[in-house]
Amino acid sequence: MQLDSKIPSGPIEQKWDRARFEMKLVNPANKRKYSIIMVGSGLAGASGAASLGELGYNVKCFCFQDSPRRAHSIAAQGGINAAKNYQNDGDSIYRLFYDTVKGGDFRAREANVYRLAQISVSIIDQCVAQGVPFAREYGGLLSNRSFGGAQVSRTFYARGQTGQQLLLGAYQALMRQVDTGQVKMYPRTEMLDVIVIDGRARGIVTRNLATGQIEVHMADAVCLATGGYGNVFFLSTNAKGSNATAVWRAYKRGAAFGNPSFTQIHPTCIPVSGDYQSKLTLMSESLRNDGRIWVPKKTGDSRTPDQIPEDERDYYLERKYPSFGNLVPRDVASRNAKQVCDQGRGVGPGGLGVYLDFRDSINRLGEQAISERYGNLFEMYERITDENPYKVPMRIYPAIHYTMGGLWVDYQLQSTIPGLFVLGEANFSDHGANRLGASALMQGLSDGYFVIPYTIGNYLASNKFDKVDESHAEARGAVENVTSITRRLLSIKGKRTVDSFHRELGKMMWDFCGMGRNAKGLEQAIGKIRELREQYWQNVLVPGGADDLNQSLERAGRVADFFELGELMCIDALHRNESCGGHFREEYQTPEGEALRNDNEFAYAAAWEYQGQNQAPKLNKEPLEFEYVHPTQRSYK
Amino acid sequence: MNLTLHIWRQKNASSPGKMVRYEVKDVNPEMSVLEMLDVLNEELTLKGEDPVTFEHDCREGICGCCGFMINGVAHGPQAATTTCQLTMRHFKDGDELFLEPWRAKAFPIVKDLMVDRSALDRIIAAGGYVSAPTGSPQDANAILIAKENADLAMDAAACIGCGACVAACPNAAAALFTGAKISHLGLLPQGQPERVERALNMVAQLTVEGFGSCTNIGECEAVCPKQIHIEVISRMNADFRAASRKSRKEPYQDPSEFRRWSFGLKS
Ligand SMILES: Cc1cc2nc3c(=O)[nH]c(=O)nc-3n(C[C@H](O)[C@H](O)[C@H](O)COP(=O)(O)OP(=O)(O)OC[C@H]3O[C@@H](n4cnc5c(N)ncnc54)[C@H](O)[C@@H]3O)c2cc1C
Ligand code: FES
Repeated sequence: MQLDSKIPSGPIEQKWDRARFEMKLVNPANKRKYSIIMVGSGLAGASGAASLGELGYNVKCFCFQDSPRRAHSIAAQGGINAAKNYQNDGDSIYRLFYDTVKGGDFRAREANVYRLAQISVSIIDQCVAQGVPFAREYGGLLSNRSFGGAQVSRTFYARGQTGQQLLLGAYQALMRQVDTGQVKMYPRTEMLDVIVIDGRARGIVTRNLATGQIEVHMADAVCLATGGYGNVFFLSTNAKGSNATAVWRAYKRGAAFGNPSFTQIHPTCIPVSGDYQSKLTLMSESLRNDGRIWVPKKTGDSRTPDQIPEDERDYYLERKYPSFGNLVPRDVASRNAKQVCDQGRGVGPGGLGVYLDFRDSINRLGEQAISERYGNLFEMYERITDENPYKVPMRIYPAIHYTMGGLWVDYQLQSTIPGLFVLGEANFSDHGANRLGASALMQGLSDGYFVIPYTIGNYLASNKFDKVDESHAEARGAVENVTSITRRLLSIKGKRTVDSFHRELGKMMWDFCGMGRNAKGLEQAIGKIRELREQYWQNVLVPGGADDLNQSLERAGRVADFFELGELMCIDALHRNESCGGHFREEYQTPEGEALRNDNEFAYAAAWEYQGQNQAPKLNKEPLEFEYVHPTQRSYK
Repeated sequence: MNLTLHIWRQKNASSPGKMVRYEVKDVNPEMSVLEMLDVLNEELTLKGEDPVTFEHDCREGICGCCGFMINGVAHGPQAATTTCQLTMRHFKDGDELFLEPWRAKAFPIVKDLMVDRSALDRIIAAGGYVSAPTGSPQDANAILIAKENADLAMDAAACIGCGACVAACPNAAAALFTGAKISHLGLLPQGQPERVERALNMVAQLTVEGFGSCTNIGECEAVCPKQIHIEVISRMNADFRAASRKSRKEPYQDPSEFRRWSFGLKS
């Protein structure tokens, strides 16, 4: 496979302008002759579908929830970055670009990141025009905060519900298009395969989740904006329904998978409380602005926090990283929490937790000020744990949160299957090996509002499209593929539930492909995952049938894909003999225990190519060049 | 703790439903209600019975997927809490819980505890937006908004569209939901140009969908997990009255058939 990243030539500041000028346009009168499928209605999908509808294309939009407004993007709390420099604190497009490339530990494509930083400015304008109620100052101007390891205040937010408000803005724009008939919406519909005809994506196969009906939808181009795959770990901060099926089935049809093992582990989540636990709850990272993270100095200290005197506490982030302190990037904060817990200094049940303590800020600013900033988060914490964080320090622990990996795309967001575009968290593009806080929302909206409308036009204008319909052999083949998977899952009638398998897979992934990875563990994991997958196909118990609403069946298909993806993640993690960002290979660390990159051998994006069931995938490399931000060892000291 | 559950079981919209009794043992008080149902569903699956269908996704109180009646109260006994965030600490050993789906004409039952709330999407489609096509609008800070108004707009915009307000209302009205969107946009300068039409069209859609009329009972506000204030309904009524006086348009045309088409409900 030939990877062509299609990065435009010229100085980085001019690349996107140049690309936009060079791209072909579809004549306004011809747009209605083209049909586009958008799978997903999160920030990327809703903003993309709405914008394409506004342009006059015929769009079909799909989501598995009962309403597009419920996509997982709704849960984002903290905020969205933009290089507006409203605070006059030294921010600029170049600085946001620089921070993102460095934060991604030099494993992202510079040109993409620069474009993202440029577009960030328009996103805020667009969202405000739609009526997104961002936080404001008394004078009526927009308010900003610093977030996730940034030294400037460039994060825009709407209380602790930024994702919700941005998504509702995009959803409302989408509903406006639905009402004009420009976009047709298919909620409660799951895409289960891509139809590739003559090497180009021409449609999808879906299952109506309410009726079980399998349908074919043909189009001139297909976009996937189906979100991340953190749920391969079973426990994560993602919504329960988030899954990899769309991207995985596209992978099996020829779309290369970029850096599958790059996973983000978020440092501030509520620790696990029992085996019944179904998901993990994130406590916004903004809490690190005023909370101090510590553990007891002594191992196995079982005293309550108020009985541990100041000089017996280890504020380990402040100690090790004096200039960033509690605000070090997520990967660094998470890894350090794991280290202190591995040393036996963790707190709470099972010793898997560290304190996030607001005592000092409450003393400094008063309870009132803290409650204004974090009131809703404190309430949420108390609702879940029954502990009052104004009085007792919060307990937090890292959890799987985001996947930087995803389908490989070029600068135009096109995968290695022509006509298949990938947007938002589902693609691999902009965050390298670690994503900075408040930049996923930015990327989703950038892809949807401002990139895909141009690049898809270029694709449509550059190609001829024969009429194809569902009677085409490839379409029938895809339907057969989908129905045979369903039939097989229902026919096994084994002894173990889907969830019990998923939990076991998740635990393996967490133990071997989580915060710390090593060659031996990964090799072991690959073998164990294969074994468990075999058992799955012999012993899973999926009740009910295919012809009506069957939540167990939905999960069974997704878990089947998680098994295969989990294996690929381990293969990717094993091949990358270096540490970078969230990918921490224990064999490769500096004497101080920081990630040790190997730029000579690994300054590339790994794009894995499917070779058939039970065949080893093929590795393709997209070399990464850093013309502007020169790779250095990241230092937050 | 051990509990007795009575759960509404209904195969699909066209078959009749009934309450079915289940015993659940060793419930951990830290679990959420949904996690308790997960455990029950694992047991039912292993016994070869059909697990209980309920809607859920984020499980952190923001997506608006979850929700059913717990002992007659939408989202259960804890104020300002969605079903997914309600822990079993609020119940005690030996309690009996009656779990039923939202009941309203506009929300047909899909299966067990799951209902079809697409009527709420169609209300938004009728006018719950600002027409601001993607492009190059003015700089975000060129629009000044008093903090007070921005905060009030945000209070209203916090609605998660779960439908508890409809389920709790003896008239099955969707006034709190609709009022919340009308208030959110009406409190902001960006929402002014379309304010008249928005009120007329959204209110008209309420009737088309078969929601009842609001008679100021206030049950909606009491169960709202996001504590949307009932004053959003007075804002909606004020906008609607003002709009009815001002509008020079033809009376609202019922686009419901078309809306059903573009929602994929009809081919
Ligand atoms: C708790 C939490 C807090 C976060 N906070 C922040 C934050 O403060 N700032 C920030 O920048 N980022 C944050 N993130 C990350 C960010 O929210 C996500 O990365 C982003 O919203 C992903 O958007 P998306 O549009 O790519 O996908 P999603 O929002 O996940 O949407 C996926 C869509 O695809 C659909 N879909 C998926 N598969 C299929 C299929 N097979 N068939 C049909 N439809 C399908 C779904 O129905 C859904 O509509 C947070 C994430 C979490 C979990
Ligand atoms: S599951 Fe999302 S609000 Fe309850």
